[in-house]
Amino acid sequence: MLQLVQIELYKIFRKWRSYIGFIAIGVLGVIIQIAMLYEGQKSLDFMTQNLRDSFVFVGNLLNGFLVSYLILNMLTVHIPFLIALVAGDLLAGEATAGTYRILLTRPVSRFKVVSSKFIAGNIYTFSLILWLAIVSLGVGAILFGFGELIVIRTGSVLILDRADVLWRFLLAYGFAALGMSVVCSLALFFSSLVENAIGPIVSTMAVIIVFIIVSAINIDLFKSIRPYLFTNYMLSWRLFFSDPVDISKVLEAVLILFGHIIFLFSITAIIFKRKDILS
Amino acid sequence: MIIEDKVIEVRGLTKDFKEIRAVDSLSVNVYRGDVFGFLGPNGAGKSTTIRMLLTLIRPKEGSIKIFGKSLMEDRNDILKDIGAIIENPAFYNYLSAYKNLEILSRMSGREISSNKIMETLETVGLKERSASKVKTYSHGMKQRLGIAQALLHDPELIILDEPTTGLDPQGMKEIRDLINYLSKEKNKTIFLSSHILSEVEQVANRMIIINKGKTVVEGKVQELLDSAEMKVTIEVDDVEAAGQLIKDSGWAGKLLSINNNKMVFDVKTDEIALLNKYLVSNNISVSSIVPTRSLEEYFLKITNESN
Repeated sequence: MLQLVQIELYKIFRKWRSYIGFIAIGVLGVIIQIAMLYEGQKSLDFMTQNLRDSFVFVGNLLNGFLVSYLILNMLTVHIPFLIALVAGDLLAGEATAGTYRILLTRPVSRFKVVSSKFIAGNIYTFSLILWLAIVSLGVGAILFGFGELIVIRTGSVLILDRADVLWRFLLAYGFAALGMSVVCSLALFFSSLVENAIGPIVSTMAVIIVFIIVSAINIDLFKSIRPYLFTNYMLSWRLFFSDPVDISKVLEAVLILFGHIIFLFSITAIIFKRKDILS
Repeated sequence: MIIEDKVIEVRGLTKDFKEIRAVDSLSVNVYRGDVFGFLGPNGAGKSTTIRMLLTLIRPKEGSIKIFGKSLMEDRNDILKDIGAIIENPAFYNYLSAYKNLEILSRMSGREISSNKIMETLETVGLKERSASKVKTYSHGMKQRLGIAQALLHDPELIILDEPTTGLDPQGMKEIRDLINYLSKEKNKTIFLSSHILSEVEQVANRMIIINKGKTVVEGKVQELLDSAEMKVTIEVDDVEAAGQLIKDSGWAGKLLSINNNKMVFDVKTDEIALLNKYLVSNNISVSSIVPTRSLEEYFLKITNESN
């Protein structure tokens, strides 16, 4: 199995399209940070303008932690596309190229083949999030240094001590990776159904967009289905930037996302195992 | 008594694609050491059958045994000993030929060294281009790489689905030579699918012809072709006398044409000598007899009869 995963990773990282995500995150991450370097103080003043009447802010609030927090907020909505670009190609790409014929006539079970692709797809996803963390925190540290993290939400402001922030970021990136793993599983599921990689990419993004819209509309019908939509939990990494962290809510979100992953992978494995290879 | 060892034993194999029956209760036996020709016109069900033999497609009904084991139950064990080319060769175009083979070797269930990979590439004449990406290969080179991946793990059974498609005459000859070499020198069993009868005739010892997913005829290649009528061109000194003689005899129905000094007959192999004897005994000098087996006509005839 390890060998199959290595092979799948090799195939992923030998394709040009697999680096689009890294390039996009690298470029966007740096651009946002440079913009924050020049305009960040204005943005911070704007965000805190209502609070300045009641509070006096001292110290370096525009720092690498704040910038990383803002980048995580901005990019977790866009990263699904970059993941779908690769995960949607994992099975459908083999069908398009006709390589199913050489891959599935080897003495390896189809379950192992699809499992290795699932694992490799998730490793790619995690590496993308890791890269996001490196770009955000690494470049942030160089350009801004670190300090207290100010988290402003509707009706509340929380300032986290510098020493109390890094572990929250690590868990937040871990949670974001879990959320993106659902996206990877969804794209792999669509990839098992068709013979062209464009379909899974478009379908995955369509599902995410529809779910986000449904989550955002405040009518009773949508409210009742909202708890079942995985997109509702993709931004739950923000829970780690509360004090105290609501563990029960975090666990609920983790279980629901894991449930989605297991469900999507199981369906994909069943479909793939029974699939007639006609390409 | 010689007990022939069945390498492939297919019974009542059936496959439907929605309302179309692609393979219909097909039964096939392939014995150890056979070069088995699997013939049929386009759309006859050859590729569907081969895909079922390789577990790419699930049969609706029927059983497949390979090396005496059930394909459904011992799939991985069986596939370790099969090498196959299925229709057009497909590879990871963004990787080199060597890397493609390396990936496949790691999935073969056998230890295959890098030396063995290079040797196999050398066998098919691709050693010099082993580091080039497959996307730079011509169709013929890809076809040869397809053969390399089929031979890489030294399988007992080699399944070739239309291996000469798109090749030039030299490439076709190389494939035929390779099949003969693998069969005679390496004692491999070869299952060769083709829609070209002459291609099969040159290498196969046994064959089956299918049409619309059903068996039309099966047996030893030589016996089947001997039973087929062939065209014989006989050159005589006095074509007018010979023509009259034939028209007045029981051979009249076999005469196809008379042109210059040549008479063309449609006869079976064992009738050629009788026809020659009849002409000579009636004082007609025969200067040449050229038999031409009308393979395409034979093929068309029996596949049309099955329609």
